[in-house]
Amino acid sequence: MNPGKILLVEDNPDDVTLTMRALKSHNITNDVIVAQDGVEAIDYLFGATGRPAPGDLPAVVLLDLKLPKVNGMEVLQRIRSDERTRLLPVVILTSSDEERDVIDGYSLGANSYVRKPVDFVEFTKAAQQLGLYWLLMNQAPPSPRGP
Amino acid sequence: MSIRDWPIKRKLTAILLLISGLVLVLTSVAFVTYEVVTFRQTIQSHLATRSRILAANSTAALAFANEADAREILDALKYDPHMVAAALYGQDGRVLATYSAGAAAGLIPATPEPDGYRFEGSRLVGFTPVAQGANQRLGTLYIASDTKDVSDALRLSGIIAVIVLAIAMLAAYALAVALHGRISAPILALAETATAASTRQDYSLRAPKFGEDELGTLTDAFNQMLGRIEEQKQELQQHAVRLEQRVAERTREIEHRNEALRRNAAELLAANNELDAFAYSVSHDLRAPLRSIDGFSQVLLEDYATQLGDAGRDSLQRVRAASQRMATLIDDLLKLARVTRAEMRTERVDLSGMAREIVFDIQRTTPDRRVEFAIAPGLEARGDSRLLRVVLDNLLRNSWKYTGKQPQPRVEFSAVVENGDHVFVIKDNGAGFDMTYADKLFGVFQRLHSAAEFEGTGVGLATVHRIITRHGGRIWADGAVDKGATFYFTL
Repeated sequence: MNPGKILLVEDNPDDVTLTMRALKSHNITNDVIVAQDGVEAIDYLFGATGRPAPGDLPAVVLLDLKLPKVNGMEVLQRIRSDERTRLLPVVILTSSDEERDVIDGYSLGANSYVRKPVDFVEFTKAAQQLGLYWLLMNQAPPSPRGP
Repeated sequence: MSIRDWPIKRKLTAILLLISGLVLVLTSVAFVTYEVVTFRQTIQSHLATRSRILAANSTAALAFANEADAREILDALKYDPHMVAAALYGQDGRVLATYSAGAAAGLIPATPEPDGYRFEGSRLVGFTPVAQGANQRLGTLYIASDTKDVSDALRLSGIIAVIVLAIAMLAAYALAVALHGRISAPILALAETATAASTRQDYSLRAPKFGEDELGTLTDAFNQMLGRIEEQKQELQQHAVRLEQRVAERTREIEHRNEALRRNAAELLAANNELDAFAYSVSHDLRAPLRSIDGFSQVLLEDYATQLGDAGRDSLQRVRAASQRMATLIDDLLKLARVTRAEMRTERVDLSGMAREIVFDIQRTTPDRRVEFAIAPGLEARGDSRLLRVVLDNLLRNSWKYTGKQPQPRVEFSAVVENGDHVFVIKDNGAGFDMTYADKLFGVFQRLHSAAEFEGTGVGLATVHRIITRHGGRIWADGAVDKGATFYFTL
């Protein structure tokens, strides 16, 4: 089995470092691609300035909500509205557990909503479980045919 | 038009004419009757006189049964055109001689009838005794006279009566017309004034007065009434004007207040929106640095444990504990803010069932502690079920927490009725509190126990208080140190 890549959309470098560390410490060795804002994430998925994206989509997108330029919800909306990424697993991984964020996230088609715990031990556990679940246990949707 | 609806003028005229007519008719009838009776007596006495003269002249002719003489005597009657017929009867009752004018011969009776004078149809007939001296009766004289004079007299007096009646009626009518104004004019004036006042609603009108009689009194009373109505109308108008002014004032006031309310509402909305944005931002941004503090402390602890030494590791553990406490605080504060902002959806809530669910959750997550929970069945209330769950969760967890040092911990949830209100009671036998500080129980960040004794942020009861208040209820507590605490609330 060849587990795919993880697209981590996160603007806070501390969070990037900690998330990477949490994933790595649990032997999740997949490539982690980091997008530091919504625009980068969209560019990665759909190709910069409208060019088609690289063929292989990530296995899962870990999406923060509060992002510069284009926020997480908009990224999610874009992902779900495109035929190629319509079925792409997206996990919202964010600080907030505001009810409206949870509702909006699921309404826009998020597969999961995880709140980052402040306790790093807890956070590491959460990241480990996320990686295990989405990369190893979850049956990914079939790759869409290229355009 | 029935007589009842006639104008007064016509009624008065009719009454006058009726009365004078009746009087005149009665008078005329009496006059004519008197004339006729008198006249009949007169012609009867004339006939009697003539009969007696003739009878006296006829004694010789009868005594000698001289028919020629008798006829001659009777023929003299031709000079009186009213004499219709005459006859002389002998002592034996046989007719001696007759006289008749025109075709009246058949009228003469064959034998004499009793003496006397009487009217027979249109004729006056008389039988007069013909006597010699005082008591020697020789025969009977019969004379019939027509009553043309009577009927002529009757006709004449009838005509006179009719003419007099007509003239008198005309005079009566003229008088009535001339006089009824005296009576009807004030009444008509009153009626006109009343009609004008009621149709034009003009109560300044006054009816003219014609005299000091009863109609004058009526006119005075009517005018006084109009005057009073006018005064009252003016008063009413003044009242109406004042009322309108007050309504306008009130309306202005209300508009001002509404305007103020609208401004307040807008301000509140703005404040609420700001609070929303603030809470949202807190929820997202305030936790991120804490995560870094905690995370990198842990990184240090993992990667540089040996270099740090015991003191260094202890310090880093304190940093981590502090950041996690801070995170809990932020979460609790956000919950409190949410309780304030959340929209209320009122429904029937099964509090007993809800409490059982919470207790089940507590016992599931902390199997190492055994706390006896006694939940009364059938407790219900109207309220927002999510907010009420926060209330029960906080109070039951509080009781669970503060009975931590009690060997036989027990928590009861029940209800009592006090002054008609359902008062819900959550009672434990835990650490209790000092009643001196009871007023601080429900303040934000107010704690009656140190974090070392019992951990907590001091936000839970403030949240509970706010929810109860939003439901229009009350919450209060009762307790003593080491004697347990009892929380009461109404909804």
